[in-house]
Amino acid sequence: MLELQVSNSPFNQEQAELLNRLLPTLTDHQRVWLNGYLSALQGAGAAAAAAALVQAVAQAEPPDVSKEVTVLYGSQTGNSHNLAAKLSKKLEEQSFQVTLASMSDFKPNALKKIENLFIVVSTHGEGEPPDSAIAFYEFLHSKRAPKLEGLRYSVLALGDTSYEFFCQTGKDFDKRLEELGGERIAPRVDCDVDFDESAAEWMGNVIGALGKLSASGTQASSGVPAIVSSGAESEYSRSNPFYAEVLENLNLNGRGSDRETRHIELSLEGSNLKYEPGDSLGIYPENHPQLVEDLIAAMGWNGEETITVNKNGEQRTLRDALLRYYEITVLTKPLLEQAAQLSSSPELKKLLEAGREQELRAYLDERDLLDLVTDHSFAGVSASQFVSILRKIPARLYSISSSPLAYPDEVHLTVRSVRYEAHGRNRYGVCSVQLAERVEPGDTLPVFIQHNPSFKLPVNPDTPIIMIGPGTGVAPFRAFLGEREETGAEGKTWLFYGDQHFSTDFLYQVEWQRWLKDGVLTRMDVAFSRDTDKKVYVQHRMLEKSREIYEWLQEGAAVYVCGDEKKMAHDVHAALATILEHEGGLSPEQAAEYLTRMQQEKRYQRDVY
Amino acid sequence: MSDNNLLSPNSAPHSDVEDIKIRSNYLRGSLEETLQDPITGSIPEDDNRLMKFHGSYMQDDRDLRNERQKQKLEPAYQFMLRVRAAGGVVTPEQWLMMDRVCQKYANGTIRLTTRQSFQLHGVIKWNLKKTIQEVNEALLSTLAACGDVNRNVMCNPNPYQSEIHSEVYQWASKISDHLDPQTNAYHEIWLDGEKIIDSQDSQVEQEPIYGRVYLPRKFKIGVAVPPSNDVDVFSQDLGFIAIIEDGQLIGFNVTAGGGMGMTHGDAKTYPQISKVIGFCLPEQVIDVAEKTVTIQRDYGDRSVRKHARFKYTIDDRGIDWFIQELTNRLGWSLQEARPFHFEHNGDRYGWVKGSNNKWHFTLFIQNGRVKDEEDYKLMTGLREIAKIHTGDFRLTPNQNLIIANVSSQKKKKIEALISEYGLTDGSHYSALRRNSMACVAFPTCGLAMAESERYLPTLLDKIEPMLKEAGLQDDDIVIRMTGCPNGCARPMLAEIAFIGKAPGKYNMYLGGGFSGNRLNKLYKENIGEAEILESLQPILSQYAKDRQEGEHFGDYVIRAGYVQEVTDGQNFHA
Repeated sequence: MLELQVSNSPFNQEQAELLNRLLPTLTDHQRVWLNGYLSALQGAGAAAAAAALVQAVAQAEPPDVSKEVTVLYGSQTGNSHNLAAKLSKKLEEQSFQVTLASMSDFKPNALKKIENLFIVVSTHGEGEPPDSAIAFYEFLHSKRAPKLEGLRYSVLALGDTSYEFFCQTGKDFDKRLEELGGERIAPRVDCDVDFDESAAEWMGNVIGALGKLSASGTQASSGVPAIVSSGAESEYSRSNPFYAEVLENLNLNGRGSDRETRHIELSLEGSNLKYEPGDSLGIYPENHPQLVEDLIAAMGWNGEETITVNKNGEQRTLRDALLRYYEITVLTKPLLEQAAQLSSSPELKKLLEAGREQELRAYLDERDLLDLVTDHSFAGVSASQFVSILRKIPARLYSISSSPLAYPDEVHLTVRSVRYEAHGRNRYGVCSVQLAERVEPGDTLPVFIQHNPSFKLPVNPDTPIIMIGPGTGVAPFRAFLGEREETGAEGKTWLFYGDQHFSTDFLYQVEWQRWLKDGVLTRMDVAFSRDTDKKVYVQHRMLEKSREIYEWLQEGAAVYVCGDEKKMAHDVHAALATILEHEGGLSPEQAAEYLTRMQQEKRYQRDVY
Repeated sequence: MSDNNLLSPNSAPHSDVEDIKIRSNYLRGSLEETLQDPITGSIPEDDNRLMKFHGSYMQDDRDLRNERQKQKLEPAYQFMLRVRAAGGVVTPEQWLMMDRVCQKYANGTIRLTTRQSFQLHGVIKWNLKKTIQEVNEALLSTLAACGDVNRNVMCNPNPYQSEIHSEVYQWASKISDHLDPQTNAYHEIWLDGEKIIDSQDSQVEQEPIYGRVYLPRKFKIGVAVPPSNDVDVFSQDLGFIAIIEDGQLIGFNVTAGGGMGMTHGDAKTYPQISKVIGFCLPEQVIDVAEKTVTIQRDYGDRSVRKHARFKYTIDDRGIDWFIQELTNRLGWSLQEARPFHFEHNGDRYGWVKGSNNKWHFTLFIQNGRVKDEEDYKLMTGLREIAKIHTGDFRLTPNQNLIIANVSSQKKKKIEALISEYGLTDGSHYSALRRNSMACVAFPTCGLAMAESERYLPTLLDKIEPMLKEAGLQDDDIVIRMTGCPNGCARPMLAEIAFIGKAPGKYNMYLGGGFSGNRLNKLYKENIGEAEILESLQPILSQYAKDRQEGEHFGDYVIRAGYVQEVTDGQNFHA
């Protein structure tokens, strides 16, 4: 092989040395892979490169059937669990690598990566899946279920023949996996109440079938490098939003809560949009239809009237423009100034006089366009005239609550619905209430990625992180932990969370629990302010743990704060300073300096609003 | 004898629950820590197993389970807390305490159980300690209300023969006290008692009767006073039947090997009625109880929990083996059983005057649920009565309540309150409803496969017109329902029974003995309401026409050939 030098290659001295060290050590297989990887990275002809790569990989080294096996169980009374454990043990004895999990603990997105899947599931009541299997069952039967070509599987169904829908859940899984392209390597076995024999027979079949496949080694591995599509720039942006399909929209707050927090899952499939944990998603919302109607009625306009909305001469009906194009929920001083030109109201002009700033502020607060046109006369002002003074509706930004590695081609949001009463009327957060009331799975929303480089996980995966995110402030930390789980980062993690009530407001509770169990989340402290006589917030929990927090800081931990600025972030900042003073013996000034230095070193990052 | 840390004498591997008990260091486990874990309202399964011994177990609101799972919230975990009182006798102060804590910490209702205990539902983890402390401050306890130990000792609350009852009740209490677990764990965990260090290795703490693995399964004792078999003495692992001659308690017949629980589809599990094995003097009952418990401790099946109840220990070896083993351990023999006669297992409602000249009022409480409803303020009424009552309250084995030992002076005031709140002796209901029982089931019980307490009253509404048509509305017929086959409402002894199989689906059983003396038999499997009503209607109307003088419904359905008579639990599935 040619020895690379500065003179005979485009590389500098250091690069050439590195390559000279690396290249001779590569196997044929690795060289083929790298070749494909590099050409894919160039973007142009990426798909062709990927195809070539897959082919090359397959030709270069026909790999054995994977020794990795996943055994999933859906159990109501524990029988399925026990049988699944038994199968796992047998497979391990055959030196298979087995992942055994309850369907409730299994992340459905991991399905795509699985080659050998065995399911043990009971049927409950009138043909229903056991509770622990419901989510997985629904996912698999939804349109989000991935294609499973290359998957080998078999199902063991438990049931009771005295029920009409005997072993129905097992039958459903069996059928569905086939529909999705899976290959059934051993026939499903339906077990009655005395399941031991039939279950043993099934296990024998499964192990036999796997053994045969291993021996013949004819199956190709589906291990295509995931890098293929990267590198290509998305055509979508803030100015050209992508219409993302809504996959899920549910309320995270339990029954009886004063809160409503929507968990929204959107599909980015086909958009080529990329994001990292810490980034935000922008959404162009629609105004509340009732507010639009009330406004049209108050002005005596005709909603069907066509108006021109921008300099390009784009035409829309008035109703559509007020719904989707203009901001109508916020009053600003410039708007009032222009409005005053249109209005015959002397009060409005007076309000804008110098020296009345406080009065003006009070008027602008929590009022919208309907208030303006009700309080002041705009008689005779045409719709065209009026809308020409309006702003274009701004996009709303939400911290993304998913890791792209954990949910490829998806983006998740965590949005609290804003509803309140002011000046005698119910007011609604434009986007949050649209999401809560008028957006269903299957609808699309115009979105774009808003990168946020100042809220990023440490580059070093071993750096400990302390995350403080009460309420919806917890959103990016779901993304952080998802990312750290997927990348296998080793650094310690500590989450402070809070809200009103433990039982109804513990957003993503089961996910934190799972991460705590798996060690992805090292510690978690919670403050539920309305569950105790004295209101406790995250900063109180931090002060209770001040010694440990200080130790983490000494170990180089990075601190992240997300959420309400006025009510929370300020107090958290003060708590951090107090901890530095008490545990580190710093003066208030030194503590302030310490925090500033942390910020400069990107060890103290905030996403507050 | 006390070094009984042995497991089953057979060599089969013991069940995981046995491991948990062994590791638990006399029921401590890691409860102290897991009760504090702020991230979950649950405790781990191992600790939940131990919680039972402390009188509580974890449940969740099953109405919300699927909804919360979608919402990425853990199930609405909550705890059932069982408060026990031997023979179901409590003071008005204790009643007021239960009333207070159920409002403060539970779901605002009190459930009277079929074993004369109280149940609170919906206590969240963070309130458990406060609740248990208040219960103990009122001198009641939750210790051993559940778990693999002797449970609440049942005793006929008979208000008619006051002196006899009082004597029998004393013996029931003594048995109960004698079989209480001795571990200090309860005091440490709940009552801030001083910790005993290193108890596993020291002699400071031990369980002289149970040993550190306790019993293989729960153990139930009941004491009956004929002619009432309200405690369903034949359903008990160990039973005592008071023998009264010339108005004096002369001793007890001893019964052994009863039990209700079974598993659908597993014919190796079955309900069983106990056998009368002899007679002992009053002062011998504690010895008989202790030795019987130790026999079950040493011989009960510790590998298969479904097969661990005392009834299987006996049936596997024969009753003669047990009598011999008991005799060996007692060092003396039981006398020959004395004649006795049971007439019924239901309650008798309304006012009666006891032989001590005090008055007693038996109140009908549908399915034992004490709560306030829009048009029936049962809970408030009882609270007002408790405030002025100077006698006691007695929880009956049929989930009803006796306002007992009311003096003649107080009777008027209490009568006034009964009438003010419309508290009912059930006389305006059908006799069938008065003889009905249902277990709790949905939404709290984790074992329930079908509704029970929330459904039986509605089903009765639909059966009652049939009774009326057949002219049976005043005929006592015992009807019971449970949401699963574990048998909390002792359905296998009822003349008509429904045992849940799936939402809206029940197995229907007929032919139990009216005095709790005979198991019933499966009549129809896995049927819904329409079929239940269709099946019952012709049988009821035939019964009304064809019954012989005094013939009970359970006896009739056997004579008429609807079901076969079950003479032994081992033939229950035959």
